[in-house]
Amino acid sequence: MSQKILLDKINVPGIKTYDVYRANGGYASVEKALKTLTPDEVVEEVKTSGLRGRGGAGFPAGMKWSFIDKKSGKPRHLVCNADESEPGTFKDRYLMEFIPHLLIEGMITSSYALGANLSYIYIRGEYMWVYKILERAINEAKAAGFLGKNILGSGFDLELYVHCGAGAYICGEETALIESLEGKRGNPRIKPPFPAISGLWSNPTVVNNVETIAAVPWIINNSGADYAKIGIGRSTGTKLISASGHVKNPGVYEIELGLSVYEFMNSDEYLGGMSSDRPLKAFVPGGSSVPVLPANLIYKTANGEDRLMTYESLSDGGFATGSMLGSGGFIVYNDTSCIVRNTWNFSRFYHHESCGQCSPCREGTGWMEKVLHRIENGHGREEDIDLLLSIQSKIEGNTICPLGDAAAWPVAAAIRHFRDEFEYHIRFPEKIKNRDHFVAEPFSTVKHLVGIQTV
Amino acid sequence: MERTFHPQEINITESLMNRINELISHYPEDKRKSALLPVLHEVQDAHDNWLSLELMNKVAEIIQIKPIEVYEVVSFYTMYNQKPVGKYMFEFCTTSPCCLNGAEDLMDYTCEKLGVEPGETTADGNFTVVGVQCLGACGYAPMMQLGDFYKEHLNKEKIDLLIADCKNDKIILHDK
Amino acid sequence: MKVTIDGQSIEVEPGTTILQAARMIGGEVVPPAMCYYSKLKGSGGKCRCCLVEVAKGSEADPRPMPKLMASCVTGCMDGMEVNSKSSERVQEARKSVTEFLLINHPLDCPVCDQAGECDLQNLSFEHGKSQSRFIEEKRTFEPENIGENIQLHMNRCILCYRCVMVADQLTDDRVHGVMDRGDHSNISTCISKAIDNEFSGNMIDVCPVGALTDKTFRFKSRVWFNKPYNAHRDCDKCCGKTTVWMFGDEIQRVTGRKDEFHEVEEFICNGCRFDHKEVSDWIIEGPREFEKDSVINQNNYTRKLETVEIATEDQILLGREQDRKKISMPAIPLDKNEEEDFKHGNI
Repeated sequence: MSQKILLDKINVPGIKTYDVYRANGGYASVEKALKTLTPDEVVEEVKTSGLRGRGGAGFPAGMKWSFIDKKSGKPRHLVCNADESEPGTFKDRYLMEFIPHLLIEGMITSSYALGANLSYIYIRGEYMWVYKILERAINEAKAAGFLGKNILGSGFDLELYVHCGAGAYICGEETALIESLEGKRGNPRIKPPFPAISGLWSNPTVVNNVETIAAVPWIINNSGADYAKIGIGRSTGTKLISASGHVKNPGVYEIELGLSVYEFMNSDEYLGGMSSDRPLKAFVPGGSSVPVLPANLIYKTANGEDRLMTYESLSDGGFATGSMLGSGGFIVYNDTSCIVRNTWNFSRFYHHESCGQCSPCREGTGWMEKVLHRIENGHGREEDIDLLLSIQSKIEGNTICPLGDAAAWPVAAAIRHFRDEFEYHIRFPEKIKNRDHFVAEPFSTVKHLVGIQTV
Repeated sequence: MERTFHPQEINITESLMNRINELISHYPEDKRKSALLPVLHEVQDAHDNWLSLELMNKVAEIIQIKPIEVYEVVSFYTMYNQKPVGKYMFEFCTTSPCCLNGAEDLMDYTCEKLGVEPGETTADGNFTVVGVQCLGACGYAPMMQLGDFYKEHLNKEKIDLLIADCKNDKIILHDK
Repeated sequence: MKVTIDGQSIEVEPGTTILQAARMIGGEVVPPAMCYYSKLKGSGGKCRCCLVEVAKGSEADPRPMPKLMASCVTGCMDGMEVNSKSSERVQEARKSVTEFLLINHPLDCPVCDQAGECDLQNLSFEHGKSQSRFIEEKRTFEPENIGENIQLHMNRCILCYRCVMVADQLTDDRVHGVMDRGDHSNISTCISKAIDNEFSGNMIDVCPVGALTDKTFRFKSRVWFNKPYNAHRDCDKCCGKTTVWMFGDEIQRVTGRKDEFHEVEEFICNGCRFDHKEVSDWIIEGPREFEKDSVINQNNYTRKLETVEIATEDQILLGREQDRKKISMPAIPLDKNEEEDFKHGNI
């Protein structure tokens, strides 16, 4: 058993309620921080821990906190990003639904570190029942004196509220989230200025993922150094992985960073192998936006080392033979799944979710979806594959926010690793006319029909 | 753009107004606009799950912003419906991880059973079936959203049961 | 602060953006800008036409910036070195953005009133290609009537948000905005409401494309058949300084005075723009300057034009013949109905 930091108490009956949570050592970090530590010491502790943003980008959380503008004298805010919408990712919801007080505790301690007196949890509108759970939990915490004026007699005031979105993936981007929190359309802002200088209502703001904030209590209760001992190298601590697709035990798992992908996939403690006897074909390690990897690059990196669940190992080999840990959305495909169809599906997602503000993303995502839709439905042309590569390269890096990159990467990776499958779709339209085309006849059995071999 | 006008009875009850005021109080006094999204959710839930122009104008009045600011926001977010929908809105997640586990087939089955095409409402106004993008329940696929809640690990039998429950008024849509 | 763009250095005040610095230098280094408008607060950053490469961040931090930066919203730093036209990467990005802006654009310049003074035309002239790789169906929108004076043609819109900012910043009651999202985003009042604010006409001037045009000038003339003159009148609502576009003795159109970057010098009111079309309304100052290579110049040069012969007919016939060969499949004979259709050219 590896160490659990976030989910160790998840099975305690009634842990959802304040009383049980408190009885199990809950809110200890708030007491410790407010009574014995200065805000800067809390930031320092988080810095030492090496905790990296769990939303996808993996930016060191302590560093992000230290950027917040404390000199201007403007009110500061902490906003928790619970707008979890990345396909393949559902870890934050699990955490908030089953142990809501952990997030609230983290919010209080983190707000104290940042000197924020008004903080928000921005949750996606679809998680309406979780919104209600959090609202109740906040009321409980408030009744117990952990929120409001002069918390625990320390002189620190904090109001914490939940704010709900209404169905927009783009609001997971921190500046779009802030716009949405201000009651506007979720259009990402142009950076700079960064939120740490001018965020919510032009005040200095830090936006952190749920999992990042939920890790703070443990770091404060123990120490940053203890947290840094878990994991490997710059990938410290534990990470929640949401597993879906063709695996035996899909769900949310907490792993110590550094676990091998093979063990995670196959041990009974975790995914328990594939859901049926169909073999593994591909996997996406970090939510839909990160590059897909073919079977031969999953357990071993290109130079033959074991692939580990760390930021570094998963991106080993760059995009040519690697991927990214991203938000930890682990999607597994067996050989009945069609990569082209999957790529089209993701492309449709990004087309649907593009905010429409900047031209490359607005026009490019729609174009890619249309081309992929044609290929998937037997109307592809040979030149379409290169066209797709060209479109994605024109979007990548040229947009305001990372959604453009997120839309471009999966397409590039799918073509990079599964080009022959695209060619098959184009050359044998009659064979792919039903959407379950690889179920009875996996691609491996018809691969010979496509002449040119690719990696 | 295409906007058809349907009548809608507007009824901002006292309890709804209290809830709206509570939501507005979550934000600094000069930032009432911030409450727009949660308020729209509340108002929509209380008005048959859709927002007519009149209702949006009413919200603009309550929040003290221009009507166009409400229209812009409502049209941006997918959870706000701008035309009437069925009492029970089956929102199937149709993004890849769900599709790997048969979401498309199940949605087809539901549509066939109810006699509608995706996006349509049954003639009695009871059911709407729509395909939506990732709902964040990839590991529990296939799944759908119904009201405030998720129905997960679905199969044909569960769909049958669910439809029967809806018809017998046994489904709670909102957690108030 | 010293900033170098394509090898040309200039001293600028702190707070100047790269685009502003480039405009101070002038000439070829100026990046194209479709959404940035110096007179509108918060504009820019959206169209991505003005991307530049920052080869050296600043004297203090000389690292290059990894991504191309939108020059209209990126501030200059002391010692910054920027590559604009000289960078291949930048040229490639501009080509990309041009292609993206054009794929869903109707390309109806022959019937568009903006043709001849359209930023998108200029952009595609510079960075576009003569053929398209886009074979999908173009996105279209339902027409919407936004009043007596302004014609909205949403299919041409590139969503620069300038008209929304005009309404926000010049008027106190904005009634139009951006609806929906993604590639279905559209400028709309949502309720087909007339936009009749006293300064609403400026939406036409700031629109970089033909999405918002002057209804009172609609289909009256091509802009290059008009001669622009600076004119002014006493107006209690605005500065009254305009450009009148004349055909003979007739004032066909009134606009704000646009500078070399196609930005108006001062915004004008609807009264001046739409309701004063008599020569007697105006004091005409003299011809308005315009760019040497502008199409408006076409009408002002006296030079011998060569007749261009266009072999349209031949090309069309050749194309038909190729199509016929491509689609006729001798192995599968047409059935009776199809043969009939074929005769009428419907197959």
